[in-house]
Amino acid sequence: MSPNLSALLYLISGILFILALRGLSSPETSRQGNYFGIMGMIISIIVTFLTVGNFGTGFIYVLIFLIIGGSVGAFIAFRIPMTAMPELVAGFHSLVGLAAVFVAIAAFLKPDAFNLGFAGNIKLSSLVEMSLGAAIGAITFSGSIIAFLKLRGIMSGAPITFKGQHIINLVLGLTIIFLIYYLCVTQSSNIFWALVIMSFIVGVLLIIPIGGADMPVVISMLNSYSGWAAAGIGFTLENTALIITGALVGSSGAILSYIMCKGMNRSFFNVILGGWGATDQTSNKQDKEQKPVKSGNADDAAFLMKNASSVIIVPGYGMAVAQAQHALREMVDSLKKNGVKVSYAIHPVAGRMPGHMNVLLAEANVPYDEVFELEEINNDFANCDVAYVIGANDVTNPVAKSDPQSPIYGMPILDVEKVNQSYL
Amino acid sequence: MEIDPFIFRLSIFILSIFVGYYVVWSVTPSLHTPLMSVTNAISSVIIVGAIIAALASTNQKIFEISNVFGYLAIILAAINIFGGFLVTQRMLQMYKKKKK
Repeated sequence: MSPNLSALLYLISGILFILALRGLSSPETSRQGNYFGIMGMIISIIVTFLTVGNFGTGFIYVLIFLIIGGSVGAFIAFRIPMTAMPELVAGFHSLVGLAAVFVAIAAFLKPDAFNLGFAGNIKLSSLVEMSLGAAIGAITFSGSIIAFLKLRGIMSGAPITFKGQHIINLVLGLTIIFLIYYLCVTQSSNIFWALVIMSFIVGVLLIIPIGGADMPVVISMLNSYSGWAAAGIGFTLENTALIITGALVGSSGAILSYIMCKGMNRSFFNVILGGWGATDQTSNKQDKEQKPVKSGNADDAAFLMKNASSVIIVPGYGMAVAQAQHALREMVDSLKKNGVKVSYAIHPVAGRMPGHMNVLLAEANVPYDEVFELEEINNDFANCDVAYVIGANDVTNPVAKSDPQSPIYGMPILDVEKVNQSYL
Repeated sequence: MEIDPFIFRLSIFILSIFVGYYVVWSVTPSLHTPLMSVTNAISSVIIVGAIIAALASTNQKIFEISNVFGYLAIILAAINIFGGFLVTQRMLQMYKKKKK
């Protein structure tokens, strides 16, 4: 296939990927968007086969490995419970990162296959791009592994900090830049390996000081990194589809981490530099009760909600842990039979990753048009009769507004305290 | 003087960042988890590089070290492609509208 034709086809698959993300602007178009994405991927793979044009024994092996990987992926996709989505995504990020590292290594060892010059004499610009791709890919890989272990609970979610951590990270970061420079000058493969290993270490050090509560930010950040790594490799391979995708994924992850940080009122650097959970000062002030809280039993609650005309439910991660979303939905169904207007209020950081709670509710067959975001619904709390807070704590805590000492001070919260009756 | 093709690729890159920026802001927050899994799936288009590496052969040798790295990268990327798209599909199937 001529290089021009394949470049155009890669461009088409890049556009299909853009449409795949565009589809997610509404649940109605999202399924179609996913098909666009799959189509783009198929086009890219076929075009690559035709461009390389090598259908010897190697091709058979490629197909075999493709099928092995594909069946493993499909198996995981069907078996994974929805509560484990954060781990799954973190695990997948690590695979993208590692794949980027492997491609960069292959390109470094055999540059002539990629039209980059010859081993020991690689084009300077390609060398820079490839080493950046490898470094970011390696950081993504080891960082995601740590995030995965923390989310799975294999590793403690508590931040691990030690003295001089920031300085060590800074030194390592500078070393990476220096190694890239040195690699360009000498073309030595030892430096390349040193660079890869160094980046693995940086990835670990970057994530271990970040506490479990900040994981939504970390996952989105690693999502962004995996995108930049892909873009770096895309430049090396001079491949439009890879460059477009890398840029899309990179900016998408960056936006998501920004949204998550805003949801917790933390600055991005604050999260990244880490160690926040360890230095917390717990607020000594006793919270003044704004409204008498009735710790009623289930019957009371049921009675109240039946007689209310509108109920807002605030689900939190506690509900997801207890797998209570199905029971919750059954309760809501019976409320609806009694003519009660029910809606759900979701805080941006509910669950353990962006939008996690929405997926969990959707799994329990909650129609998505009853689910609202923080900003959409906050004013309604003043008008509704009963708020039912289930397994959510921080996100409804009025202390975030009134007590500057509280660690969650200034975090946008759901204004549950304005409601007539709250049930926790 | 001719423009270096690198500049064209850089332009594509920068423009795509902008496209990504606007497209992602228009994604509804309730679909942020599928967004992450689908971006994860599409970033596995890196399999393109893996295929090139795996199929690059000199003297009909198909298990040189660079090929092996290519094969490994293919497995990893394939897990991601299938896993990512299928899990996204599974999630999106669950988003249902109110029954009328």
